[in-house]
Amino acid sequence: MSALDEIRVVFFQECDDQLQELEDGLTAMEGGETDDDTVNRVFRAVHSIKGGAGAFDLHKLVKFAHTFETVLDEVRSHRLAADGTVMPVMLRSADHLRDLVAAGRDGGDGDQERSKELIVELEALIGGPKGGHSAADDDDEGDGGLSLADFEFTPIAMDWGAMGLGTGLGGGLGEDAAASEGEEDGPAIRISFRPRKDLYAKANEAAVLLREVAALGKATVRCDISDVPLLDAIDPEGAYLAFEVELDGENATEAKVREIFEFAEWDCDLEIKARGGSVPDFGAIGGDDAGGLSVADLLARLQGEIATEAPSESTDSAEGSPLPSLKPAPETSEPAKAEGKDDKDDKGKAGSKGEAEAPAVVIRVELHRVDKLIDLVGELVTTQTMLAQKVEEAGLPTGSEVVSSIEELDRLTRTLQDSVMAVRAQPVKSVFQRMPRLVRETASATGKKVNFVTHGENTEVDKTVVERLSDPLTHMIRNAIDHGLEKPDDRVAKGKPAEGTVTLSAAHRSGRIIIEISDDGGGINRPKVKQIAIDKGLIPADAVLSDEETDQLVMLPGFSTATTVSAISGRGVGMDVVKSSIEALGGRLSISSRPGLGSAFTMSLPLTLAVLEGMIVRVEEETLVIPLSTIVFTFRPQPGDVQYVGQGRTVHVRDQIVPLIDVGVALGYRKDPVDPLTSVAVLVDCDNNRRVALLVDDIRGQRQVVIKSLEKNYRPVHGISAATISGEGRVALIVDVEAIAGDRTLDNFIFGIDNVAAE
Amino acid sequence: MSNTARKSIGYGVEMVAFRVGPQEFCVDIKAVREIRGWTPATTLPHAPHYILGVINLRGTVLPVVNLAARLGLPLEDPTPRHVIIVVQAEDQTFGLLVDAVSDILSISPELMQGAPDLAQDSAKAFVSSVIAMEERMIARIMPERMLPERLRLN
Repeated sequence: MSALDEIRVVFFQECDDQLQELEDGLTAMEGGETDDDTVNRVFRAVHSIKGGAGAFDLHKLVKFAHTFETVLDEVRSHRLAADGTVMPVMLRSADHLRDLVAAGRDGGDGDQERSKELIVELEALIGGPKGGHSAADDDDEGDGGLSLADFEFTPIAMDWGAMGLGTGLGGGLGEDAAASEGEEDGPAIRISFRPRKDLYAKANEAAVLLREVAALGKATVRCDISDVPLLDAIDPEGAYLAFEVELDGENATEAKVREIFEFAEWDCDLEIKARGGSVPDFGAIGGDDAGGLSVADLLARLQGEIATEAPSESTDSAEGSPLPSLKPAPETSEPAKAEGKDDKDDKGKAGSKGEAEAPAVVIRVELHRVDKLIDLVGELVTTQTMLAQKVEEAGLPTGSEVVSSIEELDRLTRTLQDSVMAVRAQPVKSVFQRMPRLVRETASATGKKVNFVTHGENTEVDKTVVERLSDPLTHMIRNAIDHGLEKPDDRVAKGKPAEGTVTLSAAHRSGRIIIEISDDGGGINRPKVKQIAIDKGLIPADAVLSDEETDQLVMLPGFSTATTVSAISGRGVGMDVVKSSIEALGGRLSISSRPGLGSAFTMSLPLTLAVLEGMIVRVEEETLVIPLSTIVFTFRPQPGDVQYVGQGRTVHVRDQIVPLIDVGVALGYRKDPVDPLTSVAVLVDCDNNRRVALLVDDIRGQRQVVIKSLEKNYRPVHGISAATISGEGRVALIVDVEAIAGDRTLDNFIFGIDNVAAE
Repeated sequence: MSNTARKSIGYGVEMVAFRVGPQEFCVDIKAVREIRGWTPATTLPHAPHYILGVINLRGTVLPVVNLAARLGLPLEDPTPRHVIIVVQAEDQTFGLLVDAVSDILSISPELMQGAPDLAQDSAKAFVSSVIAMEERMIARIMPERMLPERLRLN
């Protein structure tokens, strides 16, 4: 990868963050939070994307972003209200911007027709195109040579206070200075001090110099930040600040000031002007004149935080320079610390990350490095277990040093494993946040009104799980809107609000993540569902099904309630695909529905795909792992409990008759089933609350196992979901409970034995 | 492997030669990741008879092909004297169970002849060419054909 490619990758990663920021902000604005900071946040996001896109010659993206930004600027400057007319256009524009970024990443231009449409819409909001011609009118050839220079960049107000650069905008320095120049009774000495990079490089510090100046008398220091570039262009070792000092006081002589700057004057632009060459006794010039940037103000805000060496009221201090790495003196770190504190107080204001909320330092790491780490930790856990086993076999006394060291090692490896796993943990937010857009699109395609609510988006799950949530969620949310919610008129007729509510929530529950998609629609139409299943030959016409069983029918392969194939559904993906993709993640999907009140689809997923809590069992000479999450309990079948139903064996357990499956036979390790009375049965919960007893020879214990793919070097094996390395260093297979339990239900014999069990 | 000798006949392709029963085979050295002693494998359910099972290779689950079975040769139960040649073919890594590694050879292309047309021989599908050398006959196998097709279940 060339350096440019790498930068490109980083740019697109950052775009993702900015797009998220944009969507968050717009969502907040939609919810009525139209305060300046939210609007600024949105503006900055679009602005940053535009800036970066320009650097990569993504002209069409820049063009669109520019128009978008222009509208946002109007909102920002309160010339345009973010109302019901404006917001939908903005949201659509944000969606489109995401498309354009994605297109840019893939080397394309994106949907230019859509760009034009939206540009027209955006321009309409601000009373037509700015500058006389619409950006949408530009011919494609016309913008071939378009560069950033064609756009007038809007200066963007940053929250400097939050950045530690003082309060307000310091642009007015020159004028203020000029204005006071004319006054007869100006300050005794005017100092114009513009440090160059070298000043900081030589470990001089503007703040220290200014503090010494301030010690000479009453000083008013203005900081000129007009040269500070945008955050993305900032050179952390650059020098951007200039200071204008007005100094009054008995000791304030030009000579003394020159003395202070003696070692610095080669590395800065310095101008020291004494009024009339004399030092008259002036009335104090307040530190708060002219409303410019007063460092005294800043200092006042920071007071209590700074242990000022000379806590005289006239002691002013310039704030820290933007050169954290070069701060030599402890004094200079104090303002910085204090500003950090200040940020918290202003937290509502300083919303944007990277600017104000510095505490969580984040690094980007390529996923394969983390995966490698996880693999190695898995190895370590295996080796540790092996070692522990050997020590145990050696029969050393429990109190011995070796044994306690092994125990310590065990604790450390587990902690290490947990920590490494935590590296991959990611809030489900990243996938949840893609959903509002989907909701908007689906709602507009189906003509429904949807209020989309999310809960628990900060719930953390392993990255692999998060990544694979997107497809099932997309499908289920589409379903909830398309099939679940009624049309607004129907809803009103039923006495419900016209706007339907779809709720997406995530929560941790007993070591798993529970994700629920619920709607307040009409619920599953059971007679219709059953009829479709009969028509499609999925169940016999005379099948007697409970309500719950009827609801489960929608997850059968080949089932679809959509009578017509709409743009939303009918993509060839049914709930059966959703269900199997969730099962592939080691999860389960259940449905609950109340007619007239709505439905809820609940996914229960493991927190990680890398480790699994398993019960170690023996079948013939093989060691197998049964996922603990599926196990209800284990028992020894008693005489009289085991009965035959046709060819199949069942076992009576806790007033239920459940199928009894010999794992050894199911996996082909033996031909003839073993005697259940000499074996152990493991009662497992399959999907749909179906229960099955798995017969194994022996139970060896339970432990956490690192999941290894079988497919990578071989191929999927029916009845086996994955492999792991056992304590002895051998490969042990992880049982795919659903597949083994599901063997009986081939040939559409879906509810056969279960009905017997249920009745 | 102590008797492994390097015999060079001109410039050529480097091959790892090994024995399965009385026959000699070879595989391109570039495909060989390592050679290791035999370890008991974990049986895979529903696997073809030539798949011995899976072993743990430093944390990777590695299927092992019993080469004799794959080539339709008389089957011998694997013993600790057997050797597993770890090969990589396409994106998969797996082991080949053989009796012993015999040589590392550098074989010039002109010594390689097309596989003889042996009707009714299941080995035909896996042998790309044969090399006649001194009084030996070495068949070059194609490791990428060794594993069963990666069929998707369901």
